[in-house]
Amino acid sequence: MKRFDYVRPANVTEAVAAAARPGAVYLAAGTNLLDLMKGNISRPDRLVDFTHLEGLDAIERLADGSVRIGALVSNADLAHDADFARSYPAVAEALLSGASAQLRNVATVGGNLLQRTRCAYFYDTASRCNKREAGTGCDAREGENRTHAVFGWSESCIATNPSDFCVPLLALDAIVEIEGRNGRREIALEALHRLPGDTPERDTALEPGDLIVAVRLPPAARGFAGHARYLKVRERTSYAFAVVSAAAALRIDNGRIAEARLALGGVAAKPWRARAAEDVLKGVAPTADAFQEAAWRALTDAKPSGDNAFKIELARRIVVRALTLAAAGTPARLPALPASPFASTSGAIHA
Amino acid sequence: MPELNLTSAPAHLRHGSNVGQPLTRRDGVLKVTGQATYAADNHPPGMLFAVIAVAGIAHGRVTSLDVAAAKRHPGVVDVMTPDHKPQLAIDPEIKTNPFVFRMEVLQSNEVRYANQPIAVVIADTLEAATEGAVLLAPRYETLPALVGLDAGASFVPPVVGVGNPTENHRGDVEAGLASAEKQIDATYETPPQYHNAMEPHAIVAHWDGDNLQIDMPTQGLMLSLARVAELFGIAHDKIHIRSPFLGGGFGSKGLMAGPPVLGVMAAKLVGKPVKLVLRREQMYGPVGHRAPTRQRLRLGADGEGRLTALDHHARTVSSTFDDFYEPAADASHTLYAAPAIRTSHDAVRVNTGTPLFMRAPGEATGSIALESAIDEMAWACGMDPLAFRLKNYAEVEPVSGKPFSSKALRACYDQGAARIGWAKRPLQPRQMRDDAGLLVGWGMGTATFPALMFQAEARAAIRRDGSGVMEIGAHDMGQGAWTALAQIAADAVGLDIDRVTFKAGTSDLPDAGIAGGSAHTATAGAAIHSAGAAVIAKLADLATGDERSPLFGAGNAGVIARDGRLLRRDDESRGESYAEILARAGVAEVEARGTGAPNPAAMEEYAMHAHGAVFAEVKVDPELGQVRVSRMVGAFAAGRIVNPRMVQSQLFGGMIWGMSFALHEEAITDRRSGRIMNANLGEYHIPVNADVPPLDVITVEEHDPHVNALGIKGVGEIGITGSAGAVANAVWHATGVRVRKFPIRIEELLTQR
Repeated sequence: MKRFDYVRPANVTEAVAAAARPGAVYLAAGTNLLDLMKGNISRPDRLVDFTHLEGLDAIERLADGSVRIGALVSNADLAHDADFARSYPAVAEALLSGASAQLRNVATVGGNLLQRTRCAYFYDTASRCNKREAGTGCDAREGENRTHAVFGWSESCIATNPSDFCVPLLALDAIVEIEGRNGRREIALEALHRLPGDTPERDTALEPGDLIVAVRLPPAARGFAGHARYLKVRERTSYAFAVVSAAAALRIDNGRIAEARLALGGVAAKPWRARAAEDVLKGVAPTADAFQEAAWRALTDAKPSGDNAFKIELARRIVVRALTLAAAGTPARLPALPASPFASTSGAIHA
Repeated sequence: MPELNLTSAPAHLRHGSNVGQPLTRRDGVLKVTGQATYAADNHPPGMLFAVIAVAGIAHGRVTSLDVAAAKRHPGVVDVMTPDHKPQLAIDPEIKTNPFVFRMEVLQSNEVRYANQPIAVVIADTLEAATEGAVLLAPRYETLPALVGLDAGASFVPPVVGVGNPTENHRGDVEAGLASAEKQIDATYETPPQYHNAMEPHAIVAHWDGDNLQIDMPTQGLMLSLARVAELFGIAHDKIHIRSPFLGGGFGSKGLMAGPPVLGVMAAKLVGKPVKLVLRREQMYGPVGHRAPTRQRLRLGADGEGRLTALDHHARTVSSTFDDFYEPAADASHTLYAAPAIRTSHDAVRVNTGTPLFMRAPGEATGSIALESAIDEMAWACGMDPLAFRLKNYAEVEPVSGKPFSSKALRACYDQGAARIGWAKRPLQPRQMRDDAGLLVGWGMGTATFPALMFQAEARAAIRRDGSGVMEIGAHDMGQGAWTALAQIAADAVGLDIDRVTFKAGTSDLPDAGIAGGSAHTATAGAAIHSAGAAVIAKLADLATGDERSPLFGAGNAGVIARDGRLLRRDDESRGESYAEILARAGVAEVEARGTGAPNPAAMEEYAMHAHGAVFAEVKVDPELGQVRVSRMVGAFAAGRIVNPRMVQSQLFGGMIWGMSFALHEEAITDRRSGRIMNANLGEYHIPVNADVPPLDVITVEEHDPHVNALGIKGVGEIGITGSAGAVANAVWHATGVRVRKFPIRIEELLTQR
């Protein structure tokens, strides 16, 4: 491996200063970063390990009804926090459908937001990749690309964001708290991830030194607890990234949808909010026809980037199913196979 | 350490006959407590770390390597390249025997496939060697890569598999097809697959003068030793290989591959012990794989559902520089009694590491195509798939006309079908749903694998204290050889298993042949059996020729060995212990050797195969197309079962491989660069625990007096065959969609709502 400096700052301010230097990156659990370093995909000069800093690993219920999740809370701890899972069931379901139990035990909330794409050409240093090395070209564009993006891609990059967690977070209007060189600021999760355009090497809106310290779900997010699901189609039952996934959340009053939230995963360089579909559902009864209409709206702008036209049809079907499941009501217990089409199978073995 | 002493665990204590007992794995405690020493666990003093740099292109040549940059990196000791390496004694391109395959060991700057080794960096630490390999920053002259089954002009290879004829026929296939009432003509594709043993290829090589100590996982100790000896020009007795445990081999560790040879060269270059371990992605290239195939099957059947013809043609690939051809069509030789059968192969050359043996080579690829086609034909005939298979049951081996040495396949069909409840299966597809609305389908496949025997030798001894020794350079790949062979050894010398010191896994022991072809237990077992019999005969000679012995005058034939005693066969009250016999004779031990080998006369007379029937239930989401296997039942007849627990595990493993073949595994190859794009266990999917349903294995009793002295047929590979087709057929039965390209992908099942 390339030699690198390892820094343990005393506080967040020091961390930001250390990470703002060229070639520096933050190290949380390292479940993605260390693989990238071992594969020679990332070659940082300096790792800024902030995992020992106080105050970044709490799940706090704020007075206004929102929840604030520290960046160092592990995926497993968050998903298994009973109150959190009850209030934001689709988020818990998404977390538990990702990676493996071992990875979830260490992977952090902040790290999950910043995981890199799983595009094979990004990981293969013998291939050209504009995201890995700006301006070199994209070998995925004409390559083996059946799992690549159908929204928001460019000729420079057709990679997708692999996160499950981000999909329901986006649907619930999550807010990201960032500590940077100019102090604290917050942005909507929707504004965190970038579409590739001509600069796919930049995944996010973060500036050098920026540290995600927390993710917040606003008060309204709780209102969907009764009708919220995450659904993830994948090529094996567990330990696989989504081919396509969807988070659906409904607020149902008197048999009508007061408000709908819908986001897709595995379809673009960022988790993809389907606002047009949400609009269609507002005020209507939760019927199969309404969900079909929403699915068509959700995918109107989708466009294959390669051998992946099937993902558009699959996404439509997932939207319909996710909305149907959400309308049916959040199950009292999280399924043994979270987010799986086989979740309802009786006697399922835990993934 | 290659000698296990296992007297403490009560689970191992059994009295009476050892063979047939479901002993737990004798090396299990060592493994789960981390005490089992795998090759890469060895760290001789002064050891350095070697890391391979591999080609980023699939075809061309290396034009430059920045050796200076690599050497400048702190900790780097040396960089081995085609210009700076120890000379080999012979050109590794020369095929000195049919089991020698060409390897890339820095003999030129030519690149023949992606991930081919192009240099080796040796350093004080793994990290330094790894970075040194990056700093080499190779430059290439790139030539167009040949990729895929249509890469170029096809040709008919001289042989397929290991010396099998490329074409085979019996009867007139065209006439059989012409006369058929029903015909199917279907083409199936299978992808390249990689062994992906949990333990990567690894070597620790240590030269001491011209003596060479090697720690390396191998399925063929003596073949590896012979290859090292000829490459380095040293005598066999100067080389010692230890391979007590393998973390899986599946055929990829059968023959000496290039990377371990590079480890030996590196150790020679720097004059210190060197460890070289492949990274996961480096296993997708120089250590073999299963070649892709495209198989066309044409079947004809008469109005009664009897096959009139079976034509099976397989296209496969080999490398541009060597020859191994996946004998996929040969799977059609033995199972179904068509009066006319033709099998044939052709191939194209591509820029790939040479494809080689991978668990059930030919049988696995051929089986999924054949079993799919048989299912399609049953449907065309309006028949239940099991009834159709029974209608075409082969009473003699169809291509050769030979009788089977034994064949309990009918019982496998019966017992498997009963267990899964096959009688309730609707004929039409897409008829069954579960409570949650998921489509449910049932499919089946017939399993078959030849009962092979290779050559092996064993040495047995009885010691003064009455204990026994059995020595054989056998290989435990995780399949349980330490346990099953020790059971055979214990019975062979008439002792309880804890009274026998069983030695295996090193090259200084008698040659056990290769652990491959599902023949290791049979072959090594036969050698152990005969060595045991020979040493008991010597012991009996001592006793029956000594007038002070109660056995005096009994004669060899009149003595039996049991529980450490020799007894008169005609009067079991008369006998004495091994210790008494040896003490009186004043010898420390008696020893004898025995061999195991194929029986040419039996092979001439009989077709010898294991058989089985696999039944699978799948569930498919009707809109989303995701598939999950929910039940599998396999009933197998494989002769004598030495250890039911190990055998069950072997068959489970094979069935999971079959499921993986149908639904998961594929090395995704970039069509332009020839690079494998998912060379890691995150993206090269194999089933995880959540994919594996409750598995049910039935071992059907079968006595085979012809295959070998012990009646063992082997279980290592048969579990894949039948299983892959059963899952594919179940997907069809669930959905009504016949997918002929494997693995079955979600998009194939989105065609219907």
